[in-house]
Amino acid sequence: MTEQSYNFAYLDEATKRMIRRALLKGLAIPGYQVPFASREMPMPYGWGTGGVQVTAACLIPEDTLKVIDQGADDTTNAVSIRKFFERTAQVRTTETTTEATVIQTRHRIPEVPLAEGQILVYQVPIPEPLRFLEPRESETRRMHALEEYGLMHVKLYEDIARHGAIATSYAYPVKVEGRYVMDPSPIPKFDNPKLGGNAAIQLFGAGREQRIYALPPYTQVVSLDFEDHPFEPSKAEHACDLCGSEVSYLDEVIVDDQGNRMFVCSDTNYCTTRQGEGHTGRLSQKGEAA
Amino acid sequence: MYVATKGGERAIDAAHRWLGDERRGDRTIAELDVAQIREQLGLAVNRVMAEGSLFDPDLAALAIKQSRGDLIEAVFLIRAYRTTLPRFGSSLPVETKRMHMIRRISATFKDAPGGQILGPTFDYTHRLLDFKLMADGEAPEALRSEAPSAFAPHILQLLDDDGLMEQLDVNDDTPPDLTREPLEMPAARPLRLQALARGDEGFVLSMAYSTQRGYGRTHAFVGELRIGTCAVEMEIPELGFSVEIGEIELTECETVNQFTGSKSEPPQFTRGYGLVMGQSERKAISMSLVDRALRWEELGEENVGAPAQDAEFVLYHCDNIQATGFLEHIKLPHYVDFQSELELIRKLRREALQAQVKEAAE
Amino acid sequence: MFEAEILSGGFADPAHDRARAFRACLEAMARPGRVQTITGAIPPAPLSAAAGAVLLTLADETTPIFLGRGHDTEAVRKWIAFHCAAPIVAAEDATFAVGIWEDLRPVSQFAVGTAEYPDRSASLIVECDDFDRHTVRLSGPGIETSQTAFLPETDAFVQNAAMFPLGFDSYFAARNEIFALPRSTKVEAL
Repeated sequence: MTEQSYNFAYLDEATKRMIRRALLKGLAIPGYQVPFASREMPMPYGWGTGGVQVTAACLIPEDTLKVIDQGADDTTNAVSIRKFFERTAQVRTTETTTEATVIQTRHRIPEVPLAEGQILVYQVPIPEPLRFLEPRESETRRMHALEEYGLMHVKLYEDIARHGAIATSYAYPVKVEGRYVMDPSPIPKFDNPKLGGNAAIQLFGAGREQRIYALPPYTQVVSLDFEDHPFEPSKAEHACDLCGSEVSYLDEVIVDDQGNRMFVCSDTNYCTTRQGEGHTGRLSQKGEAA
Repeated sequence: MYVATKGGERAIDAAHRWLGDERRGDRTIAELDVAQIREQLGLAVNRVMAEGSLFDPDLAALAIKQSRGDLIEAVFLIRAYRTTLPRFGSSLPVETKRMHMIRRISATFKDAPGGQILGPTFDYTHRLLDFKLMADGEAPEALRSEAPSAFAPHILQLLDDDGLMEQLDVNDDTPPDLTREPLEMPAARPLRLQALARGDEGFVLSMAYSTQRGYGRTHAFVGELRIGTCAVEMEIPELGFSVEIGEIELTECETVNQFTGSKSEPPQFTRGYGLVMGQSERKAISMSLVDRALRWEELGEENVGAPAQDAEFVLYHCDNIQATGFLEHIKLPHYVDFQSELELIRKLRREALQAQVKEAAE
Repeated sequence: MFEAEILSGGFADPAHDRARAFRACLEAMARPGRVQTITGAIPPAPLSAAAGAVLLTLADETTPIFLGRGHDTEAVRKWIAFHCAAPIVAAEDATFAVGIWEDLRPVSQFAVGTAEYPDRSASLIVECDDFDRHTVRLSGPGIETSQTAFLPETDAFVQNAAMFPLGFDSYFAARNEIFALPRSTKVEAL
């Protein structure tokens, strides 16, 4: 079957309409998980079907799309999703964060602050922040309705009692506008501060779990913490070995059999842009940065 | 020198080409065609149609070929294709009492109007490998006795007429559609049955088995198991009557279950129900046991905390396409999250070691 | 009315036009009070082009519509039936409600969702002549500091925001422009 035999952005119009209505409700009730009739996509559940459906419902022909996984544009699943939209929606694609109007992401928020006119679409595996405390959907839905988040605080506090710190390093729960506790998807907690006050529209799609939620621009988003144990975003205490950045989130790479390590930016576009601007790191080769 | 991996797209293309080559296998061996799979691996085709929720033996056979015989992958191909199909309308409910049966058995009555038909079954075969099949042994043709009476009433109807069966609340409401609406709890019986009908055969089997071993026991007898073809009819508003648009093969199982009665109901028999596309009797029997176990609440029975009584547990985990996708997604890179775990573990270890050192010093 | 008027006025290039119109709705709902251009629909009067485009983008047979008195005309009913296939219903059953503000009052008749499902609520499409005269200051999610806007009334929206997370959401339509006011927005009279 040729690509032409599929509708614009793959999904049929009725499905897009249903997703679009859910997205608008999500924006109207920031942090609340809107149920939606997720469709079977030609890629597996758990591989970004929620994000793909949200992106498909949002794309217009004039868009420029960027897809990242682990911060990188060239990871295989990012490549696969980008190719899917090049085929089915014929949109321009880019690796440059600032050029993109829609960015679909798995596990990271780009380093460069996003701007108005940009939409960030998150792929979400488990949208329910309370799921690991209470496996029942009927029960967690009731807890959100009653704003009953004591269990979450108890869990975080038990961490402190046992480990002296909150032992959650990614998918770190947040509270939105003082009302809904929300799962920010499995981004490292380093990225949590970028969720709040962001100029872009942030949309979250969980395909298998059939939930959509959203953060309008400039929404107040607070990472859960305690007065005596304030939330701390963290990253490897190194600078990028290729671009020298001391503020970006780093991947740790084992480079030889002796177990030597190097640290490089997880946001590949951020790193190559900086290298292009002449920034160098510990392992930059002379002349390479130019 | 470290260079970030590039060329993901080339790697993907090369991997898929390799997959295609492996699928073909040894090129000196004749290639399977889709019709051979459809005709000779019929039960695999049936399973793919049932769990793929699409009655199309040719496409199911194609999916099995394309997936190298990985039936869950084949189900996935069918599901992904199915969602792109436009919906022209809904058929009338299929009348299983008008099924043209090839197999029909009852464990509750020695005989019944319409008779017992053993049909093409593995039952009573001795499970001995048949090496003749390896040596091009041609199978003898079936002995076709005169066709059994095409239509026979449901056996449980006989108990029904005696007032011994529970009375079902039968109505013409359009059932919810799992493929068009998000699954929400509590799920009424039509929705539960829909989920079970397309649920993973292995999962539903294990759930049913667990009820037999005591986890939510329901004392089931197979009242009737029937396999055969049923006409699918659609009402055409412009014509003002319904027309047959085709026929599908179905397996239907009704169990009879003991019920000691409740405040409002006298002791009577209750039922579990299973209906599956194609010849899939293990699945149909399993489904009817799980259906019955899930009915504890409406029958006023006790919830003993058995997995098969837990609708949320069963329905959220019976779909193998959801399950396999999420399970396999942990193959995808997670190094960003892993990195944050590394940092956290190092930090916690550092603090724990410092505390030990301090303790030792004191 | 002419049949042609009913059959026409839909999106010329449905998949693309709907996508663009949705983006206008998305931006509107994400940035309360900020006016967006939305084009492509030519519905029968008194439906505005903007209200028509919102319906073409979001309404279908699963979303019952309530029509305010002035909008409940044969032409509008037929146009909606043909282009959206949405049933016309009483206010309390509506997913969308269309009309001038006076015809939608009292807004207490619309669904505001339930504690467990606050999304099961109505969206109002309020027809306006224009948005020129700003009467309120808005703040909340989607607004960096504050935003002024026109509203046909203040109290109803103050009360709606007080019910958060329950409440209805509103689109205001004039000619080919819309802005939105979700239930999350705090409203103060200027």
